[in-house]
Amino acid sequence: MNTIHDMGGMDGFGAIEPEENEPVFHHRWEGRVFALTRAVGRWGRGRNWPGFRFTLESIPPDEYLRMSYYERWFHMMTSRLLGSDLITDTELETGYADPGAATPEMLPASRSGSLGFGLLDLDVPARFGPGDRVRARNLHPRGHTRQPRYVRGRVGQIAEDFGVYALQDSDAAGQQPGDRPQHVYSVRFEARELWGDRAGAGDSVYVDLWEDYLEPA
Amino acid sequence: MDESGERPVDRRGFIKGSAVGAAAFAAPGKMMNERTEEAEVHDADAHEHTHGHGHGHDHDHDHQDVPSDIALRVRALESVLIEKEMVDPAALDEIVDNFENRIGPQNGARVVARAWVDPGFRDRLLADGTSAIGELDYLGGQGEHMKVVANTDSVHNLIVCTLCSCYPWPTLGLPPVWYKSSAYRARAVIEPREVLREFGLDLPEDVEVRVWDSTAEIRYLVLPQRPPGTADMTEEELAELVTRDSMVGVARVASPS
Repeated sequence: MNTIHDMGGMDGFGAIEPEENEPVFHHRWEGRVFALTRAVGRWGRGRNWPGFRFTLESIPPDEYLRMSYYERWFHMMTSRLLGSDLITDTELETGYADPGAATPEMLPASRSGSLGFGLLDLDVPARFGPGDRVRARNLHPRGHTRQPRYVRGRVGQIAEDFGVYALQDSDAAGQQPGDRPQHVYSVRFEARELWGDRAGAGDSVYVDLWEDYLEPA
Repeated sequence: MDESGERPVDRRGFIKGSAVGAAAFAAPGKMMNERTEEAEVHDADAHEHTHGHGHGHDHDHDHQDVPSDIALRVRALESVLIEKEMVDPAALDEIVDNFENRIGPQNGARVVARAWVDPGFRDRLLADGTSAIGELDYLGGQGEHMKVVANTDSVHNLIVCTLCSCYPWPTLGLPPVWYKSSAYRARAVIEPREVLREFGLDLPEDVEVRVWDSTAEIRYLVLPQRPPGTADMTEEELAELVTRDSMVGVARVASPS
């Protein structure tokens, strides 16, 4: 989806502000959000939770920019828990379990399963090889995609074939109709192909792109 | 405002008033999706303990300070999830403790120091980052598939994730705020030299800048150049020199002072 999370190349955000001796978590609640997000993950099994990133990217852009990183995570986690009736609005308001609510049940993983995020040991032919010139297709899906806007329509060169991974793209409702395992490539774009004269002549940007995002150039 | 705010007011009232925002963000209905687990949470089970469920309700009212809105909402959520026995508080503590004390850039620094003293390891690291980092046992969630890129006299590498904040957790820990900031995510790809100058690194024109945008499942680590004046140092001493920023690519490793 074409929204604010896809930030590469935007102006106006100002200076980068590193913090000396930065703590891992600035507030106790940040660490709790991080830990809770990881710990509740197994409750998503069999419950069709929308993707982690899809849920974050679905935050309206003005809200997204107002929220801190872990506020977005909190939103993502509560959206999932409420959406699958694992908790109720009242419980979230009061901080107490609703005595009338059903005891949450751990479900087995979905029958059809998912190939997940990792490298797959699948024999899928590679359409491209190192050195091939490719163009990033002009795709504007309404759901989640890992193709950043700034490469669309631009020509680059395959630098490396990382092997086979399941495509993570979803539709506008966060659904992933199938895993569509395919090769993921490191694609080298000359910086000036992306940014014109603003970029250094010899500089480059390497972007990891699924095969579906690419066409021969 | 953080959770050590000042006004002595009943926290429960705050929870009630502040939860509206969280509820309003809730998904309108069940989304149909076969995706059930995330890389981000895939190893949560590994942290799950099998403590008994004898813990009582965690609704102490001994704090008189008023926490921030978000701190209250998080506390309410945690209380509910513990009461419903959906999460184990000891497991939560362990996750926080791991990321605060065990998983951090000191791990990546050991990878870099090893590469500096062991040319064979360096070759393996650059050819297959995942397997070489696996030799040191620094693989795991958000670092399952690693690519290491080496800085040289003629090439400088910089790591970013423009779409979110992907970062190699097992070797560098959780990312600093600046790495997750809009400014860094937006600017690193279009004006890396200006970004580097803000970090105090003014690269000559003839050094090629390569920016790596972590858009898929591969996570990146920069192998910085070994600084001059370190010929006599041991691997352990070298690791002490290596900074997080140098492994993201926004700094060089400084010579020992």
